[in-house]
Amino acid sequence: MRFVDSFLDGVRRLEEIVHQARIEGDVAEIDAKGLKHKELNDLMRFCVERGAKKLILKNVCGQRYIGTRLFFNPGVKVEIIIYGTPGNDLGAFLAGHRIVVYGNAQDGVGNTMDDGEIIVHGRAGDVVAMAMRGGKIFIRDSVGYRTAIHMKEYMDRVPLLVVGGTAQDFLGEYMAGGRVVLLGLNLENGRHRCHYIGTGMHGGVIYLRGKVEKYQLGKEVGVVEMEEEDWKFLEKVVDEFCGYFGREIKMERDEILGGNFMKLIPVTKRPYGKVYSY
Amino acid sequence: MIKPRDDKEFQGCGIFGVMDRSGKRFNGEMIVEAMKNMHVRGNGLGGGFAVYGLYPKYKDYYCLHVMIQDWNEEAKMEVDRFLDANFDIVHDEEIPTNEDANVENPPLFWRYFVSPQKKGEDKKLSDDDYVIKKVMHINTKIKDAYVISSGKNMGVFKGVGFPEDIAEFFMIEKYKGYIWTAHSRFPTNTPGWWGGAHPFCILDWTVVHNGEISSYGTNKRYLEMFGYYCTLQTDTEVMAYAFDLLMRRQGLPIEIVAKILAPPMWDIIDHMDEKKKKLYTTLRMVYAPLLINGPWTVIVAHHGEMFGLTDRIRLRPITAGEKGDLLFLSSEEAAIRAVCPDLDRVWTPHGGEPVVGRLNEKALKKVIG
Amino acid sequence: MKSHLLPDFVVERIEERCNRCGVCVKQCPWGVYSWNEDKTEILIDYTKCVGCQRCVVYCPNKALIVRPYPGSYRPNAYWTKEVISDIKKQAEQGGVLLVGTGSDRPYKVYFDHILLNASQVTNPSIDPLREPMELRTFLGRKPDRLEIEIDGDDVEIKTELYPNLVVETPILFAGMSYGALSKNAFLALAMAAKEFGTLFCTGEGGLPKDMREEYGPVAIVQCASGRFGVDPEYLNCAAAIEIKIGQGAKPGIGGHLPGEKVTAEISATRMIPEGTDALSPAPHHDIYSIEDLSMLIYALKEATNYEKPVFVKIAAVHNVAAIASGIVRAGADVIVIDGFRGGTGASPKVMRDHVGIPIELAIAAVDQRLREEGIRHKCSIIASGGIRCSADVVKAIALGADAVYIGTAALIALGCTMCQKCYTGKCAWGICTQDPNLAKRLNPKEGAKRLVNLLRAWSLEIKDMLGGMGINAIESLRSNREQLRGIGLEEWELRVLGIKGAGE
Repeated sequence: MRFVDSFLDGVRRLEEIVHQARIEGDVAEIDAKGLKHKELNDLMRFCVERGAKKLILKNVCGQRYIGTRLFFNPGVKVEIIIYGTPGNDLGAFLAGHRIVVYGNAQDGVGNTMDDGEIIVHGRAGDVVAMAMRGGKIFIRDSVGYRTAIHMKEYMDRVPLLVVGGTAQDFLGEYMAGGRVVLLGLNLENGRHRCHYIGTGMHGGVIYLRGKVEKYQLGKEVGVVEMEEEDWKFLEKVVDEFCGYFGREIKMERDEILGGNFMKLIPVTKRPYGKVYSY
Repeated sequence: MIKPRDDKEFQGCGIFGVMDRSGKRFNGEMIVEAMKNMHVRGNGLGGGFAVYGLYPKYKDYYCLHVMIQDWNEEAKMEVDRFLDANFDIVHDEEIPTNEDANVENPPLFWRYFVSPQKKGEDKKLSDDDYVIKKVMHINTKIKDAYVISSGKNMGVFKGVGFPEDIAEFFMIEKYKGYIWTAHSRFPTNTPGWWGGAHPFCILDWTVVHNGEISSYGTNKRYLEMFGYYCTLQTDTEVMAYAFDLLMRRQGLPIEIVAKILAPPMWDIIDHMDEKKKKLYTTLRMVYAPLLINGPWTVIVAHHGEMFGLTDRIRLRPITAGEKGDLLFLSSEEAAIRAVCPDLDRVWTPHGGEPVVGRLNEKALKKVIG
Repeated sequence: MKSHLLPDFVVERIEERCNRCGVCVKQCPWGVYSWNEDKTEILIDYTKCVGCQRCVVYCPNKALIVRPYPGSYRPNAYWTKEVISDIKKQAEQGGVLLVGTGSDRPYKVYFDHILLNASQVTNPSIDPLREPMELRTFLGRKPDRLEIEIDGDDVEIKTELYPNLVVETPILFAGMSYGALSKNAFLALAMAAKEFGTLFCTGEGGLPKDMREEYGPVAIVQCASGRFGVDPEYLNCAAAIEIKIGQGAKPGIGGHLPGEKVTAEISATRMIPEGTDALSPAPHHDIYSIEDLSMLIYALKEATNYEKPVFVKIAAVHNVAAIASGIVRAGADVIVIDGFRGGTGASPKVMRDHVGIPIELAIAAVDQRLREEGIRHKCSIIASGGIRCSADVVKAIALGADAVYIGTAALIALGCTMCQKCYTGKCAWGICTQDPNLAKRLNPKEGAKRLVNLLRAWSLEIKDMLGGMGINAIESLRSNREQLRGIGLEEWELRVLGIKGAGE
């Protein structure tokens, strides 16, 4: 019976696609047009193995796992500039590289990302920063469902996700650490619509700019007063955000910081300690 | 050819829909390109397309696309006899196909343009219900014959292969329509059966669907009370019947139907104003057996309208895009960008909130009359 | 609230043997034994006893007997003591009942209704002690066919091969996490796998950095829904990666390592703060559908440069055959199917005892379906969940598995007595605990020795059984259902298992 591995089927050998890459010094430019998922990643790895430190990807349209294949021991760190729409799992398991997207990203940005930076000049889909363990993600516009689900931190490894717009339901579900900042710059009436914010949250902090009602929050989340160090942290984050997107957004730094911020933290590190008997 | 097993099927997939709200017809090249971009969402075991505004010359006649498995001549003859006895057949022909296409063991496809010839008891039925009844007869009583679409001025083309293979087989670049929907399948069951591909069609309603319905048994038993029998064991069939019952037979708009199939959670309803709370509570109470649970996204079309809807906690993806009169719905944004890089707007609706495309009024008159 | 529960066990002391040495006080972590004020007498509170038998084994004078509490309610075949006790527990505390280990319910054990064949007259049996008897097994995807190029004596393979793993016996250690297990128990499994030439699975708690170089090559590292300790180095140091979708003891639900077990070292391995609950969501939130599974499979292959086979582990559930077919088509190299007897460190009792299907039926159904679809060679199948002895291994392979995972049996080899209290973290045998005083009771070297002995013993027995059938290579047993006959099974059961009845 017909068996097609749709991912690997028809993947061309490197020789057949290498003409779509051009390496000059430590900069490589790849024309991603017509490249299958694996082909693009093959080419990227090829370029990095030949000394490229910066990869410029043009005409990207749906190719998955960009950056995932670039784990080298000992670590080499590269910069990846993407024009177009990268596919799902952009920067999954990312090992410290920097990715900049000029366009929108899809689902799974920074999935289980280990370290590095992802900057998206656009919006992103569902499960952004899922199980992220380190590094930073900046999204200019909004994100979808289950953002920062099960993000976690350890000692000085504290992942950061900054979203310029809003998020859909289950933001920060199961969150076990890290920092999420939702700036709400595109809210119509100043309100976030998402429900179940931080449901099951047991670590980390969510900062929300804009309004949410109490019932939109998960049961495991508490609202606490902003303190000086929170403001200091936010100033740094907003500065960085404006540094990336300042020319593309309508609001100034001070106007952003002048907004109404809310700080959410888990009520307990052990949300489900009480559901068991004996 | 492998027919469905008696266990329910499971599948994942990629789906896409595009509509020109001005009613302008365009050919199938665009949607094939979009589906190619989502190649890895399927595994080559099912692909298909639905087209609206397909047969303007015969737009007043029901068009039946009939699949004859294994080129069974007896089945074909029996279908001919049955249709002749129950309809006026104004035109019929083999659906042209491309022999060089990358598909295995294609069945025979034939199309009939017909108008109902009701007799006796059947005279009480509306034309639509009469057609459904006769279609069900062919599907359940005539061995090796399946009606894969049965609406006016529309049609479904589907089979085993990647969508691009099926497109090549039916040469769909030659057809034009103002709505196109498509499906790429990743089944874990009925892997070799052409009838198991999507879209699923009843009258001019088509459904393409991604996901698995956890409430299948509950939904199915409820629909049986209204005369719908799920013979294909697919989730998509349940969806199609639910839309037919609620929208065609009961006349509810999609905005309400969405709240039946994908209702808000009780703790959201509890925070609504009194009037809204009563509406949502009543909908949930009355139509509880039609809550479609589990992960799903559908793109549904019928004449004049195309909409996309997901389950209430959005466990399957959907992205919408707009460019002028064009409305796109897709599992992935990149597939839209592949055919229309420069969109006016692109967004992801909340779970359970439909994205609806309707023909504008002028177009409505022109297309539907 | 006053507890209405009856004791589970009673402890009896043979007074003339006891010399009040106090070993029992030290050994019991449950608080059964305590000294009186002037340390002249040892008091026994048997209501706290869980029946782990630690005190009995370690009592130097063999003065102790621990047995089930003889008193009970009025005999009732329906409202049993267990049912009554469970209701009382929940009425007192209002929560979900937790248990450890696999289900202890008396559902039918299919292994015990299957008998093996042996050669007589028509085909010679083989003596495994003197003639070669091969158990070496390859795990991974195989190509449809091999293309070769012959140039004189030189034969070149042209087909590109998929990564495969080799094990010297078709027995691997199932996923049990560091966190659920003590470091010593975890280490013992790794050491034994390395010594015997097989593999161990890390479970979802990560692989401590200090173990990666030495034991990475024999580790199947898990990528589960919590993604604990999943970093690029972890994935790349291993022999293979296992996506854990579900486990037989609790299909459809997640896991939960309570904060008190998240010690400094565990927190470093899992990369979460000390004392934080380690919650594993019920699903992977990037997998809601079969094409999403495919997406994660290839994400992992991308992350490891296509050098490692990817396993997918699922619990055996109703439509396991169709699901397995989808998993193969999604790109998995190995499918692990965990039957409903599969063990656990903690599961809600109701899930453990009521969800899933037996492994024997699942393996037979999956093997059959994949063969019907012509894709059986595209993956290897590992049977898991309740493998108790070498005969179970042989039967599982003859039903269609390539190899088996053992979990509970390995822990029993390390000292476990199946008291089912793993979730309390007080394991008296040092296996399922993070209490350093308890964990040090298990010496990893000695533990590894016991495990290697077990693998050796079972492998010898498997060779005996194979020899009896006239088979000298394990691959000739795989899916060789002619070597099996059912006894005491109904028609439908024989049909699903694909075997004949005894005498047929």
